[in-house]
This record gives sequence, C-alpha cells and structure tokens, in this order.
Amino acid sequence: MSLDIPTIAFYLIAIVLVGSALAVVLLRNIVHSALFLAVMFGAAAGAYVLLNAEFIAIVQVLIYAGAVTILVLFAIMLTRNAQSQSSNPFAKQWWLALIICVLLGFGLVYAVGNSAMAVASAFAPVHLATLGADSGTVTRLGQLLYSPFVYSYVLPFEIASVVLLVAIIGAIVIGRED
Amino acid sequence: MVTLNSFLVLGAILFCIGLFGALSKRNAVAILMSIEIMLNAVNITLVGYSSAFMGHTHGERLTGQIFAIFIITVAAAEAAVALAMIIAIYRRRSTIDIGEINLMRW
Repeated sequence: MSLDIPTIAFYLIAIVLVGSALAVVLLRNIVHSALFLAVMFGAAAGAYVLLNAEFIAIVQVLIYAGAVTILVLFAIMLTRNAQSQSSNPFAKQWWLALIICVLLGFGLVYAVGNSAMAVASAFAPVHLATLGADSGTVTRLGQLLYSPFVYSYVLPFEIASVVLLVAIIGAIVIGRED
Repeated sequence: MVTLNSFLVLGAILFCIGLFGALSKRNAVAILMSIEIMLNAVNITLVGYSSAFMGHTHGERLTGQIFAIFIITVAAAEAAVALAMIIAIYRRRSTIDIGEINLMRW
C-alpha cells in the first residue's frame, strides 16, 4: 500500500466527510448541526477536486456551502423554539432506523465488492488529481452541457432552469405572509 | 492506492448516515439537512464513476458530472421549497416537530 499525496488527501477528506456527517446527525443543537453541514459540503468539494471535477467543486462551494447553508440557517433562525431544551431530538424509533441503515450499509458495501460490474471496474484506478498536471475538464463539460451542434444535454439543461424558476416562485408563494 | 471502490464505499457510508438522520430526527430542518447529505453521497458516487471511466472510447465520459450538476440543481430547488414549507408550517402551528404534524398518519 503506497502512501502518495492523493491517497493521503483522499483518506483525510473521507474522515472529515464521515465525521462531519455523523456530527450533523448526532449533535443535539441544530445550529451546530448546520455548521457541521457546511464543513461536510466543503469536504465534498475537496473530494470533487481530487476526482478532477473542478467545475462540480466550484458549484458545490457556491450552491451548497454558500446558498443552501444560508437557507438552512435562516430556516433555523425563523423556527427557533425557545422553550424546548434540545433543538434536534431523536424520534422514539431511532433504533429501528439504525437497524435499517446498518443493514442497507452492509448490503451496499457487499454489492460494491461483489457485483459483476463492480468486480470488473472496481480496481480501475481513479484518475486522481496530481500536482502540476493539466487535466481540465471544464471545456469538455461546457460543450457537453450547451453545444447545440454535437451530442449534448442542452434540452435537460434548459428544463432544469425552468425547474429552478418554478421552485423559486413556489417558495415565494408558500413562504409569503397571508 | 485509491480505486473506484474507495469512493463507492465512501458514498455508501455517507448515504447510510444521511438516511439514518432522515429516518430518526424529529426536527424538520434536521431531516432536510440529512437529505442533503444523502444527495451529496450520490454526487460523490457519480463523480467517482465519471473519473474512473475517464479516457474510455467516447472521449471523456463526463456523463456522471453532468448528472451531478442536475442533482445539485434539483437539490437547490428542493431545499428552497422545503424550507419555505417548513416556515409556513411553523407560522401556522408554531412547531416543526414532525411528531406533531401527523395529519397523514394512519
């Protein structure tokens, strides 16, 4: 097992991701949960950089670490319940959820290790980002998203913009004071 | 040596943590945060596949990254609508404990 810089970076990012996700779920104060959610989004952006997906990483920082975190913090601020002691309690059947999630987790990890597709491709090395390598995918990604001439995803992209517009209008209508 | 397996297992673990939060929390905002964790786990899996199959026959296989972009778009829309709903529910009933919002319970 060779320990080069990308491998060390992967394990650091994985530890931060799993730790902050556990903190989001387990902490008793919901404001702390929201702050650890921002840490988790930042670590996910690091994972995308490691996977040579620079554009996704930037979008992750802009939308998740920026916008979604602020939205969640606003919602927490506007729905603050002063009299309750713990702002982020567990439901009574949390053990049932734990059993379901542990079973699903073992099932997924088993499937990753044993399905035909996974066995064929699992030990293909991921093209991790290395220092000094120019491997930008942004140009190709832009062509794949926008180009009207070659094979591209321009129609789903436009539909996605309509989805966003509808969601924003819906959010304004639902959240408006009567 | 980091292989595709590492990212798939990482995504699976994150997904399960998010699912546990979504199933077991009582605060609606906490459930929304757990769902965001699940969506991020799926994104990591998709981008991992995209990176593992980069440089195959049809040029670079960036479809995974395209899917991740669409998932991020839909997640942002979902977060905006869900938080507006939570605020509307809080305004009307002054609680966001999902144990007390039980109109659809059987």
